[in-house]
Amino acid sequence: MRVRRLAAWTALPLAVTLGLAACGSGGDGGSGESDPNAAVRIEIAEPQHLVPTNTNETSGSQVLAALFSPLVDYDEAHKPYEVAAESITSEDNTTWTIKLKDGYTFHNGEDVTADSYIDAWNYGAYAPNGQNSSYFFEKIAGYDDLQGESPKAETLSGLKKVDDQTFAVTLSQPYSEFKAMLGYTAFYPLPEAAFSAPGELAEGFEQAPIGQGPFKMKGTWQHDAKVEVERYDAFPGERPKVAGVEFRIYQQLTAAYADVLSDNLDVIKTIPTENLSTAETDLGDRFLQSPASSLHFLAFPTFQEEFSNPDVRKAISMAIDRDEITTSIFKDSQQPARSFVSPAVAGYRENTVGAPGEFDPAKAKALYQAAGGPSKITLSYNGDGGHKDWIDATCNQLKANLGVDCVGNAEPKFADLLTKVKAKQPVGLFRMGWIMDYPSMENYLGPLYSTNGSSNYYGYSNPDFDRLLAEGASAPSEEEAIKKYQEAEDLLAEDLPVVPLRFGQNNFGHSTKVQNVEMDLFDRIDLIKIEAVK
Amino acid sequence: MFRFIVRRLLQMVLAFFGTTLIVYALMFAGQGDPIQALAGERPVTAAQRAYLTEKYHLDATGVGGFFYRYFDYISNLLRGDLGESLTGRSIGDILAAAWPVTIKLALIAIAVAVIFGVTAGVLAGIRRGSIFDNATLLLTLLVLGIPTIVLAPLAQYFLGVKWQVFPPTAGADPGFGALLLPGIVLGSLSLATALRLTRTSVAENLRADYVRTARSKGLPSRRVVSVHVLRNSLIPVITFLGVEVGNLMSGAIITEGVFNIPGVGFNLFRGIRTEDGPLVVGIVSVLVVVYLVANLVVDILYAVLDPRIRYE
Repeated sequence: MRVRRLAAWTALPLAVTLGLAACGSGGDGGSGESDPNAAVRIEIAEPQHLVPTNTNETSGSQVLAALFSPLVDYDEAHKPYEVAAESITSEDNTTWTIKLKDGYTFHNGEDVTADSYIDAWNYGAYAPNGQNSSYFFEKIAGYDDLQGESPKAETLSGLKKVDDQTFAVTLSQPYSEFKAMLGYTAFYPLPEAAFSAPGELAEGFEQAPIGQGPFKMKGTWQHDAKVEVERYDAFPGERPKVAGVEFRIYQQLTAAYADVLSDNLDVIKTIPTENLSTAETDLGDRFLQSPASSLHFLAFPTFQEEFSNPDVRKAISMAIDRDEITTSIFKDSQQPARSFVSPAVAGYRENTVGAPGEFDPAKAKALYQAAGGPSKITLSYNGDGGHKDWIDATCNQLKANLGVDCVGNAEPKFADLLTKVKAKQPVGLFRMGWIMDYPSMENYLGPLYSTNGSSNYYGYSNPDFDRLLAEGASAPSEEEAIKKYQEAEDLLAEDLPVVPLRFGQNNFGHSTKVQNVEMDLFDRIDLIKIEAVK
Repeated sequence: MFRFIVRRLLQMVLAFFGTTLIVYALMFAGQGDPIQALAGERPVTAAQRAYLTEKYHLDATGVGGFFYRYFDYISNLLRGDLGESLTGRSIGDILAAAWPVTIKLALIAIAVAVIFGVTAGVLAGIRRGSIFDNATLLLTLLVLGIPTIVLAPLAQYFLGVKWQVFPPTAGADPGFGALLLPGIVLGSLSLATALRLTRTSVAENLRADYVRTARSKGLPSRRVVSVHVLRNSLIPVITFLGVEVGNLMSGAIITEGVFNIPGVGFNLFRGIRTEDGPLVVGIVSVLVVVYLVANLVVDILYAVLDPRIRYE
């Protein structure tokens, strides 16, 4: 059974070079002639939902990426550029004007208008609809009125139609990186046909979603089996190079891997851990890696006396040999992390953790003893995610390097761990992972470390940090925002509320029947670039 | 006979409700936070939590909450409504899609076990101590010793990927050819057991008085074996296979996973993993019926095989 993955987003450097190398299709490097009439087969897990505002896992968003075209996409520098939008502008970072490109139609023939977006976003934000991604709209004015059991309003007051092709979005607070958010699945439009009544999703829409993207549904969603899409000829944007895609649903990655090896499947998005060591021999240059946006770390309960001293936290960080663990336990399927934000976002700098990120057992021990760290450390983790090995290894390092007693404590599931952590029960250090919702430094810093952050479980609170984040959000330009965020990140390095350990990495592969296989920022295969080999 | 069947059917009704109550109670007791389990490691918003809590009555806890939810479930069940899984899919639909493929797979496995297991068992029983007998002993010990979790990927790698004799995975709507390899893997364990059982039973019965009598009457050896010996030797094998039908349908979690067959085993595992109470109880309820019916059929077959057995 596949372990539910973090929705890992990728940075592009490797994929981009590969893409450039293979640009003139039929060129060198073993690439064959492209066959525009062939369909490709891509591995996914059973999606939980196929409604844009309800889809927040990678399998569903992979399918929706075929059916919908986003307002913005991201370039090599991880900066957003317009796709379905003509322009996205703001004078004050509070009111944003989104102008749509002409010519986009839904697969049922409807024109895409400003209403298509407004209706879809209102539906997503309205709490009684129970949409998984509703929190993406929380920055829009009026979001609070749509929450609760019987909300005061049914539509976001911050969404105003200007004309058929233009609408204005008013945020409740200035936010300089609003444009970067708009590339996410939650911000797709919906056709009128999606609604049986205003604000009510038509029954069965999810079984055959109608989008405005490069592909349209071929038949309906066959649960646990496959979702098939075919090229939509009236699509005005860049056209895909394949006639269709079959998203084949797998329960186990090992099964998908066997199918890729025997050319029964074209793309596997995650090589199963047990096959990582042989993937290079099995697939050769069809085994691909690209950096992902996930960040794995150990968090300190800073509200507890024994971990309240930053020196204790720094000593523990120094006593962990990240490189050793990523190499020996993860077989280099992940990368050691020494920063609080991922290389997948603009503004990333290497080694922002500084000295505490360097492995130095002697200094660590001296610092730990001087700071009076506890003689026993517990590392808590969820037992269902394959974390035991690296937790044990980390414990052994702490034992050897700090002279403390260290035990790993497995909670059955992540939910159990979270329940205890939320209740501030003494679980010791605990493992956490983070994947960005949209490529922005803010998305790594705000939810995790700001005083009211939604995932700040460690009781970390630093007024200066909060202030810098607020300043970044209202900064007049993206560059200035990044500067503020970087200052905030430097504060984290001083306080070290968590120990960054590893950055995720996408390990994927493909059969001999396809080429130009790239992962985009959202852990999705780029369906415009992929080609079938004749 | 008729009264026996009616009595058994009435017992089945009781057993059915008893098991659903127990399974429901176990799922209820073991339930942590199904909403977070569904979301994995992603944060769950308050709105989403409130929505799911209300929809599935997740706030009904304690003994009172348990009986409230259980009777709610049972009353829906009696109306033929198995409820919805936490992702909003109708459990009836999930089962309707999962059962046919699992039944196909189990039938292939049973066929493999019967055809190869019983035949080889009879041969080994007749030629006790021969090379064939010892070779099957070794092979069956080997198969019994290798768990499916090893056997299935090995078979897939060699027969599917390396030599490409069979397709490596079956998928959701497989043909007979695609199900053959998973069927053999699934059936191999039953095959080995059936072979050992048949062999012992045949070897024993060959020394029975009635066989000697049949032989001395001058009956041809083929008839002695196929009618007299085999029929009497099949009772333990039938018992075993009857129970095995239920096992094969519920216990194909590993095989279905390895060969990507979205059947009952897979859905059961998914339900357990995501703490999806209604899905697990729904599947187990149907499995209970399968077990009960299989046992009834086995009991009736006893009477057919052995005229001395009579049911009142």
